[in-house]
Amino acid sequence: MAADASDGAYARVPGLVETKHAHGETTLVVDPARLREACTYLRDELGFDFLSDVAAADYLGWGANGVSGSIGTAAGRDLNRPNTQGYQSLPGQKPKRFSVSYHLLGIRSGAPRVRVQVWADDGEPVQSVVSIWPTADWHEREAWDLMGIHFEGHPNLKRILMDEDWEGHPLRKDYPIGGEPVRFSPAE
Amino acid sequence: MAIAPDRTGIYEGTRVPRPIPTVLEVPPHLRGSDDILSVNFGPNHPSTHGVLRLVVDLNGEEVVGLEAVIGYLHTGFEKSMEQKTWWKAITYPERIDYVSFQYNELVFVLAIEKLLELEVPPRATWMRMLLCELTRIHSHLVWLGTAALELGAISMFWYCFRERDRILDLFELVGGTRMHTRYFQAGGLAEDIPPGFFDECAKFVELMPKGIDDYEGLVDRSPIWLERTKGIGLLSAADAIALGQSGPVLRGSGVDWDLRRAQPYLAYDQVDFRVPVYHNGDVYDRYRVHLDEMRESVRIVDQALRRMPDGPWIADDRKVVLPPREELHTSMESLIHHFKIVTEGYRVPEGEVYVAVESPRGESGCYVVSDGGPKPWRVKFRAPSFVALEATATCMSNALVADMIAVVGSLDTVMGDCDR
Repeated sequence: MAADASDGAYARVPGLVETKHAHGETTLVVDPARLREACTYLRDELGFDFLSDVAAADYLGWGANGVSGSIGTAAGRDLNRPNTQGYQSLPGQKPKRFSVSYHLLGIRSGAPRVRVQVWADDGEPVQSVVSIWPTADWHEREAWDLMGIHFEGHPNLKRILMDEDWEGHPLRKDYPIGGEPVRFSPAE
Repeated sequence: MAIAPDRTGIYEGTRVPRPIPTVLEVPPHLRGSDDILSVNFGPNHPSTHGVLRLVVDLNGEEVVGLEAVIGYLHTGFEKSMEQKTWWKAITYPERIDYVSFQYNELVFVLAIEKLLELEVPPRATWMRMLLCELTRIHSHLVWLGTAALELGAISMFWYCFRERDRILDLFELVGGTRMHTRYFQAGGLAEDIPPGFFDECAKFVELMPKGIDDYEGLVDRSPIWLERTKGIGLLSAADAIALGQSGPVLRGSGVDWDLRRAQPYLAYDQVDFRVPVYHNGDVYDRYRVHLDEMRESVRIVDQALRRMPDGPWIADDRKVVLPPREELHTSMESLIHHFKIVTEGYRVPEGEVYVAVESPRGESGCYVVSDGGPKPWRVKFRAPSFVALEATATCMSNALVADMIAVVGSLDTVMGDCDR
C-alpha cells in the first residue's frame, strides 16, 4: 500500500523543485521536463490514484500597475501599490508566465491531497499525463483551448470548449474582453 | 429490446479506449466499410440534457465509434468572474450548474473563506448543510425524472417534479428566489433563517420518504426498466478511478467513496448517514445509488432541523461582511464599511487554494488564485459533469444505439456545468 504522504515521502519525488505549504495544502513544484516521472511516482509509490483537476493560470501582469483593484486602471488609481489603501505589499513574483496545477487525491482513508505544479512560458511545452491518468485528456484539452498551453504527448490535443476555428486563447490575461461585434441587420 | 452481447456482471481488465481515452474508434477491419453509418446525436436532442453532441459510428444497431463534442454552452463564467469583485462573483457559480446550484456557490464561498481564514458560525454551517442536502434531493429528482422520461417512464417525471416543486418552495421561503438563491455569503448566510422555515421543512421531511417509495414502486420491478438499465453502460471500479469519475457513478461501480465522509467539511462529521455503494457498475446501480442517497439526504435534513444551533448566522468581521442594515442609519463606520464592500469589494490575501465538496454529481472543486486584490485572479471549477462525460466512450463499448440514451442519462451530466 501507499507510503504516508508526508514531506519525507515527497522529498523523493523525481524532479522536485520546491515544496510549499499554505492554507493546509501542499504544493509540489516540479521540473516540467520530469513531470511524467514525478506523477508516475506519486501514483504508484504514494497512492495518488485519482486526478481531480488540472488548472492552468496565466500570471501575465501579476502585481503590475492597474491589473488589480476594481477602480484602478492602467491610467488611474492603483489600489495594489504599496502605501495606498489595502494591503501594503505587492504579490510575490512568479517564476514564469503560466502555471499548471494538478490536484491529486488518494482514494483511501484520510483523503490525502497534493497539488503538483509546473511553470512554463508562452510556447513552452508541458508533458502530458494522459498515459498516467486517462481523465487528464479533457482537462489538458481545456487548458490548451482556453490558456494555450501545449501538452507534449497528448494523443488528441484540439480545442474542446471553443469552436475548432477559434483564434486565441480566451482565458489568457491579454485576451480582450468586451464581446464580439454582432450584426443586427444585413445592411450593417 | 435488443440484447447486448455480454450483460452479466462487471468486466475484467480495462475498457478505456487507447490511445485517446475519450474516443471510441472504429475497429480497423470496419473502417471504410459501407456498413458504417455516422450519426450526429445532438446537440439538439431531447435526451442530451442540454446541448451535448455525440458523433456516433453505427454498424447496424451496434455502436462501434463514439466521440463526445462539448462546448455548446460555454459562456466563459471563469473569465467573467475575474472581472468582478469577490463579493459579486458569488452570483456566478450558481449559474454554472443550474440543477445543483447551491453546491457551486458553496464551494466558491468555502474557497474565499479558506483564503481569508474566516471562521463561520455554527448556525450558518448547519444551514448550509441543510440547504445543500435539499439541493441534492432536488438534483437527484431532476435526474430521475428526466432519465426515466427518456426511457419512456413518463409518469416518473410528474412524480419527481411534484416533490421538486416543494423543495423550490422551501428555497423561495429562504432566499426569495426559487433557484439561484445566492443565500451563501462569505462568512455565513446572507440573511437569518426566516420564521416558518423549520415547520415547512419538517413537513417536507415527513413527506419525502413516501415520495421515494412511489418512485421505487413505479420502476423498480418494471421489466422494461430492468431490461433497459441492468448490465448496460458497464464501468469497472479501476476504470472509474482512472477516468476521474466521482459521485454516484463511482459509487455505482463499487468504490466506497464520499467526500462528505472521507474529508468531512461543514458539519458532516456530526451527522449520521450511510453511503450507498453498489457493485455492478451499470445504469441500474447508478439509479439505485441516486435513490438511496435521497433517503440519506432526507435523514441529514431531519437531523439538521432538530439540531440547528442558535446564534449569529454570519461572521463578525466588518472588513468582509456587510454591516447590519439598521446600523447604516446611526453608525458612520458601518456606512463606510458598507460602501467600501459594495463598491470596491473586500480584499482576499494572496494565495491559491483548491476546495472540493461532494455535489450530487460528484467531486465539485474550485481552484482559486488571489493576488491580494479585490477580484479573483483566476477561478477554475472542477466540474463533475465535464469529467463524467469522459467516461461515455468507455461505458459505450459493446453497446447498442438504444442503450446510449440510458448510458448518457445515467452519467447525470448538466451541460452548463460541463461547458461553464
